[in-house]
Amino acid sequence: MEELVFTRPRYLKKAPFHYCPGCGHSIIHRLVAEVIEELGIGDRTIGVPPAGCAVIAYDYFDVDMGEAPHGRGPAVATGIKRILPDRIVFSYQGDGDIAAIGTAETIHAANRGENITVIFVNNSCYGMTGGQMAPTTLLGQNSTTTPGGRDARRDGAPIDLSEILALTRGAVYIERTAVSSLKNIMRTKKAITKAFKTQMEGKGFSLVEILSPCPTNWKMSTIDACRRIDESVVQTFPLKVIKDETG
Amino acid sequence: MRGSQVIGEAAVRAGCRFYAGYPITPQNELPEFMSGAMADLEDGTFIQAESEIAAINMVIGASMAGARAMTSSSSPGISLKQEGISFLAGLELPAVIVNVMRGGPGLGNIAPSQGDYFQATRGGGHGDYRAIVLAPAHGQELADLTRDAFEYADRYRTPVMILADGMMGQMMEPVVFPDAVNPAKLPRKSWILDGARERPSRIIRSLILDTVEMEEHNWKLARKYRMISTEIPRAETYMTEDARLVVIAYGTAARIARGGIRRAREMGLKVGLLRPVTLWPFPDRAIREMSRLVKDFMVFEMNTGQMVEDVRLALEGRSAVHFYGRPGGIISTPDEVGKAISSLYYRQHLKEGP
Amino acid sequence: MTAKTNKGRIVIDSSLCKGCYLCISVCPNECIVVSDETNEKGYYPARFINAKGDRDHACTGCALCAIMCPDIAIEVYRG
Repeated sequence: MEELVFTRPRYLKKAPFHYCPGCGHSIIHRLVAEVIEELGIGDRTIGVPPAGCAVIAYDYFDVDMGEAPHGRGPAVATGIKRILPDRIVFSYQGDGDIAAIGTAETIHAANRGENITVIFVNNSCYGMTGGQMAPTTLLGQNSTTTPGGRDARRDGAPIDLSEILALTRGAVYIERTAVSSLKNIMRTKKAITKAFKTQMEGKGFSLVEILSPCPTNWKMSTIDACRRIDESVVQTFPLKVIKDETG
Repeated sequence: MRGSQVIGEAAVRAGCRFYAGYPITPQNELPEFMSGAMADLEDGTFIQAESEIAAINMVIGASMAGARAMTSSSSPGISLKQEGISFLAGLELPAVIVNVMRGGPGLGNIAPSQGDYFQATRGGGHGDYRAIVLAPAHGQELADLTRDAFEYADRYRTPVMILADGMMGQMMEPVVFPDAVNPAKLPRKSWILDGARERPSRIIRSLILDTVEMEEHNWKLARKYRMISTEIPRAETYMTEDARLVVIAYGTAARIARGGIRRAREMGLKVGLLRPVTLWPFPDRAIREMSRLVKDFMVFEMNTGQMVEDVRLALEGRSAVHFYGRPGGIISTPDEVGKAISSLYYRQHLKEGP
Repeated sequence: MTAKTNKGRIVIDSSLCKGCYLCISVCPNECIVVSDETNEKGYYPARFINAKGDRDHACTGCALCAIMCPDIAIEVYRG
């Protein structure tokens, strides 16, 4: 008897993704939707998309979604969650959104221990606007605003936002994963599940940083982009549980 | 109760259940009041945000979730909130923003001024939008206009600004508060984000990449603003029935002007006051109608000349418009304004009559 | 790799496929190749070689391709 063992998750609309071939957003959207379905929270979840490639994430996630200005997702999510504390609220952000313009909002939402979940997609550049340097761009990495490669003296070094957030007392679960391989994808799904569970159990601020391939702006094939993460990006941003005080 | 606290009490009674703010003089009494008031309520939320920007964005979130939400600041902090206000307008979300104006531009000073008129009425934020702007001039109005602000915000799904100044924030006058509103009894909002249970999921967004759709949306907003312009403009008049010169002023400037007008009347000059209560929509019609008999208007502002432009626009050349201004936080005395009025009156040969 | 029973099959929606070929890179039994023809969007989509009985290209329904596929272009059947 043949059975269907893999299909589109319920909480993703049928619209085909506009993301580039091999983009990590597509995989991550699917994982988040699967987790929402498996945890049975789809009818009480509210998401906040970023400014960035995923700005139209609301065209894909079949849950209530409310737009935030660039970087302000954690503040908007805070407002929603304080008014509706029994709903599950997540902010989905890129590295520029969360670690450049949104740094204050991110750190303070974590510091206040807001009971929200943040999905931090790290592709080490500003994707939507064409590949400029981001706070997470690696030293030596070429970008449209770092000709010759990122130089610590001119541009500073990449920032370890997740490690910084771990220092706040309100953040209880922070993990860095990747979607560059099957093993990493499975680990990412576990991390996202744990993050949402952290919120469901009212334990505090949770965040999953996900290293994500950006073949277009890295000017690489999809396979090479995944390899770049596994060989190079993880040297600067190691995959690990950065903080876990969920008990 | 000081003016700032009156706003706070009126907000709570109007059903406000979310406040986010940041310390800045001269409005600190308002977040301080709200911190206590929200703590006293089971369903109240107060957050001292990390910045003015974070505060307005928290208000965006609270409004999306269906709450009556408010933030406050003073001039430079209101500059920071402009992106958020533009988003509130584009997202069609209700919210109340209080600006207790101080001297500017830049860091300015902490004395009262009216230098943010342009910022408030011309949409300090980007894009094709307007914000409703209400200008209280006395204690009772601080309470009444706060109540109106929340009503208008919900009714029109748009941001509303209460434009006060440092003096209003501090003044103590007797106030009668309206009865408290129970937020649970307010009309249900059919568009909020509260989880898609037994209904399709909703999106609240202002990004519209398709230009045809965007144009439609812009015109829809424009129609909304036109409707607001026919429904709520408000102005008060004082001694204008036989006036040959009418002073136009709002807020604290209007209070001072009243004193100046009384002094001028004592000298036998026929002077009156038209006080806009809504700065946007501006009471064009009231001014235009008055211009049938009044050929000289004197706009008095605590700045170098901002509302005077709206008066000129409203009149379209029908009458002469003069300006008297004191920026920088200087608070004129009624005597001083009375002298300015009378000297203008004589210069315009108004003593002789029509 | 020991040949497994050919229990599975996949269906690739070629209109969703963007030719990233991550599926090809993870399939343990080389059941997926690049198609010779483009789809509507101009990509050369991945194509499932439906090789029942061919022990070298036997789909086991492991679904690794579907898990890897960013565009949810693959449905997996087993049994």
